[in-house]
Amino acid sequence: MIKQISVFVENKPGRLAAITEKLYENNINIRAFTIAEAGDFGIIRMVVDRTEEAYTALKEAGFTVRLTNVIAVEVEDEPGSLHKIAKALGDAGINIEYVYAFTSEEHKALIIFRVSDEERAKNVLENLGVLFKGEIK
Amino acid sequence: MYWNPAIERLSGEELEEIQERRLRALVNTVYEYSPFYRRRFKDAGVHPSDIKSLNDLSKLPFTKKQDLRNNYPFGMFCVPLSQVVRFHASSGTTGKPTVVGYTANDIRNWVESLCRALVSCGVSSKDIMQIAYGYGLFTGGLGFHYAAERLGSTVVPISAGNTARQVELMKDLGTTVIACTPSYMLYLSEYAAEMGVDIANDTNLRAGIFGAEPWSEETRKRIEEKTGIVAYDVYGTSELSGPLFTECTERSGIHIWADMFIAEIVDPETGEQVGEGEKGELVVTTITKEALPLIRWRTGDITYMESDKCGCGRTHPRIMRILGRADDMLIVRGVNVFPSQIEHVLLQIPEVGEHYMIILDRRDDGLDEMTIQVELSDRVSIDTTSDILNLERKIAEKLKSVLNVWAKVEVVNPGTLQRFEGKAKRVIDKRKI
Ligand SMILES: [Zn+2]
Repeated sequence: MIKQISVFVENKPGRLAAITEKLYENNINIRAFTIAEAGDFGIIRMVVDRTEEAYTALKEAGFTVRLTNVIAVEVEDEPGSLHKIAKALGDAGINIEYVYAFTSEEHKALIIFRVSDEERAKNVLENLGVLFKGEIK
Repeated sequence: MYWNPAIERLSGEELEEIQERRLRALVNTVYEYSPFYRRRFKDAGVHPSDIKSLNDLSKLPFTKKQDLRNNYPFGMFCVPLSQVVRFHASSGTTGKPTVVGYTANDIRNWVESLCRALVSCGVSSKDIMQIAYGYGLFTGGLGFHYAAERLGSTVVPISAGNTARQVELMKDLGTTVIACTPSYMLYLSEYAAEMGVDIANDTNLRAGIFGAEPWSEETRKRIEEKTGIVAYDVYGTSELSGPLFTECTERSGIHIWADMFIAEIVDPETGEQVGEGEKGELVVTTITKEALPLIRWRTGDITYMESDKCGCGRTHPRIMRILGRADDMLIVRGVNVFPSQIEHVLLQIPEVGEHYMIILDRRDDGLDEMTIQVELSDRVSIDTTSDILNLERKIAEKLKSVLNVWAKVEVVNPGTLQRFEGKAKRVIDKRKI
């Protein structure tokens, strides 16, 4: 399990820049980043190298920010990796609510999942030998 | 228990008979003795002889706060000053102050009205009543004082303020009932706690009679939870005499004594009477007042009325909690909406804060659109967009069930909506009328 930061952003010019500026000021590296939009607002989800500091910095700047546990898997950066995992979760009847991925020098391809049944998903992924248990650097 | 069991349990027909008789006498009196009302009646094309039954009430012109201001100080009095035994006055927050006067009978009737009310909420000669409304030109202190004394209760005439003393005397004298504003009660209970006095356990206080400012069911709950007392609502304005009516122990509305007052609910825009149970502005005709009788007085208070018999056995109609002021009313798609109703809904939803804005706009197709902006609280999960969309939908549905009109709900970041000191201006109306 790793910690993901989610931030509520109103759909106004400059809101995203306000967030990235805060992180930059605090010397925080964004490892993965995604925005889900819904008309007047969006939700930014990200994984960063120094989660607690990022959370505090954003909170103090007045953002609505939360920390959530999400599942991450580490796979080879090659075709078919994601498919193998999605199929295993699907076969087990587990819904994937959202997924995003990133690669870096530090890690192989890391895929972040939010699923309907966390405990069972962990088992399935553990059995596949892909569950990421390390720390994001 | 009743103060005046014969009157308080009269049948609807008997009450109407009294109202009709007194109304006919009233219109004759004001026409004869008040140049103001004579002119008013003439302008409205109505003569006292046109008022034959209660159904003719709507022919009479309204009387408004501005009339009292325009005729300051005595222009609307219907008796010579030699018959006036007391003045009260309200400070003019907007414009001139208003002055009201009372004959000896007016004072007696005021006391009668409040005695009936106090008995209806369980106050008796055994009670020790701490009156923490201001004494003086304001009607709150003296109004309660005279009624509580007439009832035989033991009065602690402490007036407003001096909170440490309030707590000390409450404890030492064994006060059982307090009368003050609801916000002062909250302050007093916090102050008491700081002094190491827990009102629930360290005092004999069992009930409070709160009013003179708008308050909500949430505030009632807070007061009751903090202090362990039962909180009753009181209604009355200086123009009608002062504090006059309270909830009975049923706490399902405030009885308006129909042998002294005729209450109507009208649409604040059109002045037309609304149907039973519909909300609108409370309009009161005083049928026993002598010095300053009021014909169809526009109280500016929005409420609704129920006239079925109350569980307490009293037959007099009840007004419900004041929902807001007529001046604050918005008309959205032809529906009357009060910001206080919106506030009430939002206060019940823990996922949002207490600050809000109401934005009104008109779409190209001519339909009004109401948007409510409200701040997220710390309790919302924001993992997926549906967390937010579901919350917005939940709020919109609750608002619809109360307002009878759909509003678009937009949640925003905490701290981003405007804060107001003093009177809040929460409505932005962009509609071009
Ligand atoms: Zn009752």
